[in-house]
Amino acid sequence: MSVRPVAEAVKELSMLKQKEMIAGNYELLATAKEKGRKVVSTFVPGNLNELMMCFDVVNNLPEINAIQNAMRKKSGAFIMEAEKRGHSEDVCTYVKADLGSIAKGNLGPDGRPLPDPDLLLLSYTGCFTFMKWFELLREQYKCETAMLHVPYEGDGHASKNMRDYVVKQIKEEVIPKLERVSGVKFDIDRLRQYLKESAKTEQDFVWVLESAKNKPSPIDAYFGGVYYIGPIFTAFRGTPDATEYYRLLRAEIAERVAKKQLPVTPDGEAHEERYRLVVEGPPNWTSFRDFWKMFYEEGAVVVASSYTKVGGIYDQGFRHDPDHPLESLAEYCLGCYTNRNLPARIGLLEKYMTDYEADGLLVNSIKSCNSFSAGQLLMLREIERRTGKPAAFIETDLVDPRYFSPANVKNRLESYFQMIEQKRQGAKAPASAAE
Amino acid sequence: MRCFIGVDLGSTTTKAIVMDENLDVLGRGITNSRSNYDTACRVARYEALISTRFTLFHQGLSKLPGLHGRIEDFLADLERSFRLEQFLEQLADLEATCQINAKGDRFKGREKVIREALEAIFVRLREEAPALFAPGAKRKSDFFRDIAGSRFMAISQEIAAASGLSYDLLLNVYDKAIIDVENRPPSEDMRDKFLRALDRVTASSAAIKSMTDQVSVLVRDALQIPLDDTYLVGTGYGRVTLPFSKEHIRSEILCHGLGAHMMYPDTRTVLDIGGQDTKAIQVDASGIVENFQMNDRCAAGCGRYLGYIADEMNMGLHELGPMAMKATRTVRINSTCTVFAGAELRDRLALGEKREDILAGLHRAIILRAMSIISRSGGVRDQFTFTGGVAKNEAAVKELRQLIKENYGDRVININPESIYTGALGAAAFARRAVEN
Repeated sequence: MSVRPVAEAVKELSMLKQKEMIAGNYELLATAKEKGRKVVSTFVPGNLNELMMCFDVVNNLPEINAIQNAMRKKSGAFIMEAEKRGHSEDVCTYVKADLGSIAKGNLGPDGRPLPDPDLLLLSYTGCFTFMKWFELLREQYKCETAMLHVPYEGDGHASKNMRDYVVKQIKEEVIPKLERVSGVKFDIDRLRQYLKESAKTEQDFVWVLESAKNKPSPIDAYFGGVYYIGPIFTAFRGTPDATEYYRLLRAEIAERVAKKQLPVTPDGEAHEERYRLVVEGPPNWTSFRDFWKMFYEEGAVVVASSYTKVGGIYDQGFRHDPDHPLESLAEYCLGCYTNRNLPARIGLLEKYMTDYEADGLLVNSIKSCNSFSAGQLLMLREIERRTGKPAAFIETDLVDPRYFSPANVKNRLESYFQMIEQKRQGAKAPASAAE
Repeated sequence: MRCFIGVDLGSTTTKAIVMDENLDVLGRGITNSRSNYDTACRVARYEALISTRFTLFHQGLSKLPGLHGRIEDFLADLERSFRLEQFLEQLADLEATCQINAKGDRFKGREKVIREALEAIFVRLREEAPALFAPGAKRKSDFFRDIAGSRFMAISQEIAAASGLSYDLLLNVYDKAIIDVENRPPSEDMRDKFLRALDRVTASSAAIKSMTDQVSVLVRDALQIPLDDTYLVGTGYGRVTLPFSKEHIRSEILCHGLGAHMMYPDTRTVLDIGGQDTKAIQVDASGIVENFQMNDRCAAGCGRYLGYIADEMNMGLHELGPMAMKATRTVRINSTCTVFAGAELRDRLALGEKREDILAGLHRAIILRAMSIISRSGGVRDQFTFTGGVAKNEAAVKELRQLIKENYGDRVININPESIYTGALGAAAFARRAVEN
């Protein structure tokens, strides 16, 4: 092991804050029924958290529950349970982990049962599976469903028509259903207030992501990044708690920048920044730490990733706007990373490669997520062509432990890192005599 | 002299290459990987050093003008003699280990019978040994485990019957002992074995008649040349378990890329089909890897696929290719899954398809899978080099040639008879480069 032992075992304030926030939300979920609070299940990309807050509902995110179960090594059994119930091996493993968990009592990470939802709010349809997922959940819970159809940005941008179409649905479909389920009247000024809070948060969040432009980078924008996106992508965007979290985080990272410190890893501070990478695709959650270790042990730091944009591409200028509340919610939904077409995704990754002075692009292709995976090899080729930097492709899965083969992944990663190294030394005369 | 060593620890075999500072290959060694990479690494290295000595003998003997045209014959005699020495040494170790293992409660009351039975078996094994290494003798394998094992089994059956012992008991004693013997590092007295072998050969070899003394001196001189382990680089699946530090380890992708470049400097695309993985590698004009793809969630279409099919058909692995070459048509096999392909195979046999036609289809299925990996890595560029154990299978090569022509047009396709050493060759070149830089 080549990581310096650091006295950093003490959790940083931002980490403690986030932990407390997550525990708080699970507490709200566990006690929702007894306290008479309504529960709304929704997804991370395109989530309408600020809007939901206007109705005093509790936010439940099945994707996050699946991730929590995967990191606790429970998703494998849940997936098997779902397969036993007739869901095929090829179905999205988030879906199966969720359905399996429901079949097994639907316990939250705190061991208490998660409540049945009162409303399924499908706020983003760029992932077609989301729609099918909620269809299954509707069958299970027999509850109200609100579906917001978000048009795909097939031309690489959102038109005014598309935005108006989404706003119309928010007004005519989403808000009335939220009002009906919660019994709370919609108040647009309350929404403006939350959006104002969001915009502040987003500013600090972008600062955090962009701190990776420093050399060395003080953060890992993929493995560390998934922690940093936690509050803003989930039930907390628009709350003072989230604003406070990002204020603390920004201060901590500013200190790391000043001290020229490397990213924090589960084994303390990373020992070196040998390779700066851009990563496309979600991480594997079942072997998250082992996967991460394969990077930091070799001195690989992820300086930018597309996964940390699934809940909003804030670093390209988008902010929730209190002056145009519904329009900005519509723009937010339309602008999700997986709602972008391939040229737009390529353009973004290319920009990251340049802006963050990356050594290469790594694609982690997810077996059960076609929303992400379709076209990734083409993207990789194009980035290689445009930047001249080496790229590599690995294959794992989100929460199905059967599709993470550590020896193979490690082998590919090591080969890739050595390939970068070899390319760097390319200028030096290689061995070339024939045998 | 300065020696640079590359070791490739594969899932099936471990290979080693010894290289000099001019990047010329001096020796090659190969052994079965066992479950012990440490020993496999030592044995392969040791074998490569033996092979290096032969290169040095050859260089030395070339100075004798009168010996021209006969050096190869003499060295072949010397090698057989040396292998016999090696075999006898390991046989002695095996016997001693068997005798030690045949003690304890399990054998109570039968110790004497067992000891005598083992002695009888090993007397026979020793008697047979020279014939195994006689000119023209055919051995199924060059690995001690295989040679000694098959003969032990045959002889012990007779001895067991004669001595009233159970065959299984003798076999158990052997099974336990062979693991110990195989996992023991090779003895270090290579020089002594060479001298004993030399004495035997000079007494009998027709190749050097009348020049015995001069040959003997030159061989002894070559044995005196010190072989220094200047730098060693390891690669392959077992590399992380190697007892050396990170600087001495390279990924097999890089090693295969560089190794293929060393063999054929115009190589741009490399396909390696090994025991459990298939790699497609794109390299630049200097042998630097530009891109690669590997199978990673599934090992269908790798060397083991053929091993499995051979078992299913009750054939030897090396018999598959020649039989498939006899096909008059290619049966379509859809399954890329090894186990399903087995099911398809039985299904086709039941339908009355000919074995050779089915085998042709299975070879095509493997290569189709490899083609998909190649295309994902960037396609087949000129020149194309095919390496790994499957490159020795003529039916696989035939399908590959055909599919490359259909999909990419005319390409120069290189297959080196020593292609199994590609990874080790690249590793040795990295070792050379590590010192140079």
